[in-house]
Amino acid sequence: MLDLSVNIAGLKLKNPIIAASGTFGFGREFSEYFDLNLLGGISVKGLTLKPRKGNEPPRIAETPAGILNSVGLQNPGVYSFIKDEIPFLRRFDTAIIANIAGNTVDDYCRIAEILSDTDIDAIELNVSCPNVKEGCLMFGSTAEGISKVTSAVRKVCKKPLIVKLSPNVTDITEMAKAAEDSGADSVSLINTLLGMAIDIKSRKPILGNIMGGLSGPAVKPVAVRMVYQVSKAVKIPVIGMGGISDADDAIEFILAGASAVMIGTAGFVNPYVWVETLDGIKQYMEQHGFKKISELTGALLD
Amino acid sequence: MSFNVVIDKTEKLAEDIYFLRLKSERVSGKAVPGQFVNIKCSDGLNTFLRRPISILRTNPVENTFDIVYMIRGKGTRLLSCLNSGDTIDCMGPLGKGFTLPEKGEKICVIGGGIGVFPLLFLLEKSIDVNKTAFLGFRTKDLIVLQKDFEQVTNRLIISTDDGSFGENGLITKPFLDFLETEKPDRVYTCGPLPMMKTVAEVCIEKNIFCEVSMEQRMGCGIGACLVCACKTRHNDDYEYERICRDGPVFGAEKIVF
Repeated sequence: MLDLSVNIAGLKLKNPIIAASGTFGFGREFSEYFDLNLLGGISVKGLTLKPRKGNEPPRIAETPAGILNSVGLQNPGVYSFIKDEIPFLRRFDTAIIANIAGNTVDDYCRIAEILSDTDIDAIELNVSCPNVKEGCLMFGSTAEGISKVTSAVRKVCKKPLIVKLSPNVTDITEMAKAAEDSGADSVSLINTLLGMAIDIKSRKPILGNIMGGLSGPAVKPVAVRMVYQVSKAVKIPVIGMGGISDADDAIEFILAGASAVMIGTAGFVNPYVWVETLDGIKQYMEQHGFKKISELTGALLD
Repeated sequence: MSFNVVIDKTEKLAEDIYFLRLKSERVSGKAVPGQFVNIKCSDGLNTFLRRPISILRTNPVENTFDIVYMIRGKGTRLLSCLNSGDTIDCMGPLGKGFTLPEKGEKICVIGGGIGVFPLLFLLEKSIDVNKTAFLGFRTKDLIVLQKDFEQVTNRLIISTDDGSFGENGLITKPFLDFLETEKPDRVYTCGPLPMMKTVAEVCIEKNIFCEVSMEQRMGCGIGACLVCACKTRHNDDYEYERICRDGPVFGAEKIVF
């Protein structure tokens, strides 16, 4: 019997597969395609204090082996999430990770405080969204910014706290250390890489917001490298993501040091990617004689 | 559901415009006019996303459905290289379709370019209805499925932007002229945004039921990723709704053009 369970500083997952924030809504749509009980967890669409309408379309551009998106945190707000979405998600045996975003430190603290008294399993601090003008990446692009927001949220947050890191920085290990030193229980990485695409016929940017976040297989090697570096630099568990499309990809991240993985963009093309990845990891473990998924974490022979 | 469908028939209808007949009991049994399928054009990573393509018609007896698409980029070009017997990974039917007319009603459809295709499905499914179709194309060579439209309409008006066939100019002109003397019960439109805007505005002004089929660059196709946003009216404010899930068909009065 394989032990796929993962414990990330009190966040108990029955397996290491998590749906990545911003690609999975609140699970309703994908629940029509597969049984959400199969997931270790769901990181929900980024939540803000008040509802956000999001950016002008077009919000997506296809690029080689990936996409750029500029959704801009369209969400119904934290109160609507508590009222309508937590009861829906609680029908499934899967961890609920609330991804939160704000314009100010006070925003982050307020949302974390509100969510601490609800039936969720962890909070993921989004300090890495490249698609909103204020806040968010402003905090996530410097170690000082990460320290400031993480330590403030830590004081009011009663749930396991994950800080989601941006790759748009000079040294990702400095960011991870800042999060760890400020009380984060875990870091997740990478968020999207800031990018741009141009329609040469119209000579205009494809995205309504001009720039957007790159995700998909194109970013995977960058993400694996960053997960590897961060895993060596911090003691807290690392959640890896960035371009995972199948079990082989997920295992790369785990070998590089990730305790769990998040999958998102690949689900736009293959709605069963989460389940197929889990099955593939099990097969790999059986073939290679691993009994516990935790034995695989950081098992890279370097 | 995502599943493999077998290509039954392919045909080039005009320059860069292709017809595909696909075998699928699921789509042929369930699809309603206005819905679409989301097709994976290749296994490669160069065309990463699926391509949403509206359904032209279904044949529940033969378990087939038809689509017509225009080559617009790498994905649709790869699709055009496939042959009968090949399989395609397909999701669908997806989205919210048109409201079908009641028996005895008088309807108009106004389509432009590749926007005409979902309207054919609607016309075929509108039984015991008086049907007028206004179809606009850029030029004579791009007019496709004319006979199919003739078979399911009482009246068919075609225009070309360059005057090479039918009425000369935009299709909105003969439609607006038509509304001077006639009042259809329902109007449906699909095609370029300025065309749909004109149609929507005149229908709202004259208090005629009107539905529009919107288009936008799409991600997941099922409503989870929020990229195919369409600006819609909500009281005195606006919201972004999902074209893939809340649409692609919307009431004309809802759209902020």
